[in-house]
Amino acid sequence: MTDVTLDTVATATPPARRDIGLKRRYAAERRFRLYGVLAILVGLAFLVVMLLSILTKGYTSFWQTTVSLPINFEEKVIDPDNKRATDPSVLVTANYPALAQKALAEKLGIDPKNKPMMTRLKGFLSDGSRVQLRDVVVSDPAVIGTTRNVNILAGANLDSAFKGQIDLTVPEERRKVSDQQVEWMNKLKADGAMAEHFNTGLFTFGASSRPETSGLGVAIIGSFYMMVIVLLLALPIGVAASIYLEEFAKKSRFTDLIEVNINNLAAVPSIVFGLLGLAVFVNFLGMPRSASFVGGLVLTLMTLPTIIIATRAALAAVPPSIRSAALGLGASKMQMVFQHILPLAAPGILTGTIIGLARALGETAPLLLIGMVAFVANYPATPFDPATALPVQIYMWANEAERAFVERMSGAIIILLVFLMAMNITAIVLRRRFERRW
Amino acid sequence: MSSMLVLAIVVVIGIVAFVIARQRAAAQDDGKVKPHSRAHYHGWWAFLLGVLPAVLFLALWSIGSSVYLNSHLHAQMPAETGVASEPLAVSLTKSLANGLRKLDAQQLAALPATFAELQPLLAAKGVALATDTQDYMIPIAAEANQASDRLGLIGAIGTIGLAMAGAFYGISQVQLRARARNNVERLMLWGLLGASTIAILTTIGIVLSMLFQTLNFFNRVPPMQFFFGTVWDPRFAAAGAGASEGQFGLIPLLAGTLYIAFVALLVAVPIGLMSAVYMAEYAAPRVRATVKPALELLAGIPTIVYGIFALVTLGPFLRDLSAALAGGASFIQAQSILTAGLVMGVMLIPVVSSLSDDIITAVPRAMRDGSLGLGATRSETIKRVILPAALPGIVGAILLTASRAIGETMIVVLAAGVAANLTLNPFEAMTTITVKIVNQLTGDLEFNSPQTLVAFALGITLFVLTLVMNIVALYIVRKYREQYE
Repeated sequence: MTDVTLDTVATATPPARRDIGLKRRYAAERRFRLYGVLAILVGLAFLVVMLLSILTKGYTSFWQTTVSLPINFEEKVIDPDNKRATDPSVLVTANYPALAQKALAEKLGIDPKNKPMMTRLKGFLSDGSRVQLRDVVVSDPAVIGTTRNVNILAGANLDSAFKGQIDLTVPEERRKVSDQQVEWMNKLKADGAMAEHFNTGLFTFGASSRPETSGLGVAIIGSFYMMVIVLLLALPIGVAASIYLEEFAKKSRFTDLIEVNINNLAAVPSIVFGLLGLAVFVNFLGMPRSASFVGGLVLTLMTLPTIIIATRAALAAVPPSIRSAALGLGASKMQMVFQHILPLAAPGILTGTIIGLARALGETAPLLLIGMVAFVANYPATPFDPATALPVQIYMWANEAERAFVERMSGAIIILLVFLMAMNITAIVLRRRFERRW
Repeated sequence: MSSMLVLAIVVVIGIVAFVIARQRAAAQDDGKVKPHSRAHYHGWWAFLLGVLPAVLFLALWSIGSSVYLNSHLHAQMPAETGVASEPLAVSLTKSLANGLRKLDAQQLAALPATFAELQPLLAAKGVALATDTQDYMIPIAAEANQASDRLGLIGAIGTIGLAMAGAFYGISQVQLRARARNNVERLMLWGLLGASTIAILTTIGIVLSMLFQTLNFFNRVPPMQFFFGTVWDPRFAAAGAGASEGQFGLIPLLAGTLYIAFVALLVAVPIGLMSAVYMAEYAAPRVRATVKPALELLAGIPTIVYGIFALVTLGPFLRDLSAALAGGASFIQAQSILTAGLVMGVMLIPVVSSLSDDIITAVPRAMRDGSLGLGATRSETIKRVILPAALPGIVGAILLTASRAIGETMIVVLAAGVAANLTLNPFEAMTTITVKIVNQLTGDLEFNSPQTLVAFALGITLFVLTLVMNIVALYIVRKYREQYE
């Protein structure tokens, strides 16, 4: 009998669990989590792909191919009539490319009288040789009549070929480098005469129609001027405005109006600021077009809301006990703000300012409208001279068709991103280092 | 005397006044009577009295004299100017006057009467002038130079005199019980107030500058044709050939703008929202601390970089991909709505996620705990409790993001194309309002042709559009915040 009871107990089914779809619900939970992870991965993947594509396209622009040639600075080419003592402009306008061409022909063992061969040399050396050799002669006229080794820039196509960016298996007539030039290139390479050097020109040259002699010099100076102007104008004005709104203003219609305005200006498309700059600064006030001063003013107006919002947050974070203590010891309200609150809020203000500056540095659209898309070959001596800016230079190079410009453009993006990264990291470090929790 | 030099002299006077006043105040303090203000406040007050009125006078004087000289020049122009228009004649005369400043006194005394004789003299000084400069402009320019020198000298003397007077008055005001600190602080307060009105001035400047040019534009092209026209074809006709002014229809541009923004939001909103939800509800603190800054990095990259990526990498990739899929002809153009929208969407991911992160974390803890306590899973809590509670805020965030998408310029300039099509096919190119503003205003412009002025009409349309979206969004977000505070 006992067996039977045991059996019935063992076989008795437990009360059926109510099906509340737990399995399905947990599956849904897992799916939902997965979507979240996927969303983040998509964002990060895009970041990685974008940075990688720019890096792989751009890192080669930091090297430039040059040909080391023994240049014979012949007097009969540079100054045939021997009048440089009376007219120094002879040295500026002399036919320097001919010197470089001749030296190259000699190096390659080509007879200068062999016209067809000489025409094939065309484009092997950059036309920048004119400027390079001129600078050598002008800085030291005693060099005339002697021979000196000079590193001449290779032409843009040869530069690409030397870096292995031109597919040499393509039929000759469909690529920009001839077989003959490739043969010469390999010969010079074996000689050690043709080599890659760090591309200082990328940082020093101005605008040029040839990729190998164009650089960011003017753009870096223009951007620097603008950043200085933004810092000098936006920081004091922004801090003053925030102090007024946060510490002095009583809540009224007027201060409400100001606040709504600031919030809206922070969200106005940047191109609208460009229209403002064009209509008011350039057209109405007659300021010069393309000048970094006007660019600086436009970027100042654009950066102000960012700085004001950051500064107000920093001021509001200083605890009221500091204010009461200062006032209690007999400080005036002005003294309390400038001697106690402002120093304590300084790290927050600084962080906001740096982030605002970084935004201004990467801004392109408003600068296009005030005419900073200009072909500027000479360094701007003052902020009132025509200049370009880093992102604008990138935009201008993006519109060029040649491959070598794409390389320069990607290099310029890398430089811009490095600047921005440095600024943002400074902001983060400052925040970590000086931030106080009350 | 240049105004920079005058300004420097004024500042030097101010500094001297500061030093003297401070010393006087310090010397008066004999320890018997308690001074009202500390010595350096007396110094500052003297400095401000010296510098401020003088600088204000200088600024007003320079504006006034330049206006006067301008009208003076206009008045002297003969009826027959010999060049296309009177403004042109005035500007030619102005550049001639600037060139004449390079000549030395001897040459100025014996100024040649004709431009043909004058030109080589100026060219020797490195001044290049337009060839249609007329002979009669030479005496006018020379006279204008003298007048401006005279005015400048009077202004300089007046400014420096005012600075001296102010400084002396300030120094004479130094007394033990004088309320120098209150005076300085009152002025500072005015300065702070002035700084905070710059925001309003900027808005007024934006609206007024664009409104004037837009009204100017509507004088030539009727508003109905602009707002409801479906053809965008602004011919850049040569100046004077007014017969074919072109058509300025807003509709194709507006459609392109909204279409691209819509595609961008389709990408940005789900991805941004999901990553914000994951960050706020699931991610371990360590993951959050590394992934969040990485996503914020996306927000720190300038938009031109996104544009270049679309132009150089993504556009050609999509084109080649579609060619491979279709086996031959590509059905996605290199510049297309899809490319521009995709890249812009990625740019907006951090915007959506950081805005919605704030909003999701603002939902009170109690609501979450209540739902979890009733046995809901986390995802059910999010879907049925947190997101509905956060919905108004999220709508506001999406509106803010949409206004960013509409105003975005560099990505569409590089990736969307310039052809003003009206199409529903996302694989074709369309153009946007911002692209056209840039197109119409880069290069040489003439400020009274409808081709340039239309940019301001487009600009004000864009401004009003984004302004309305921002105001609505800010209103919703604020209302929402108040709800849980």
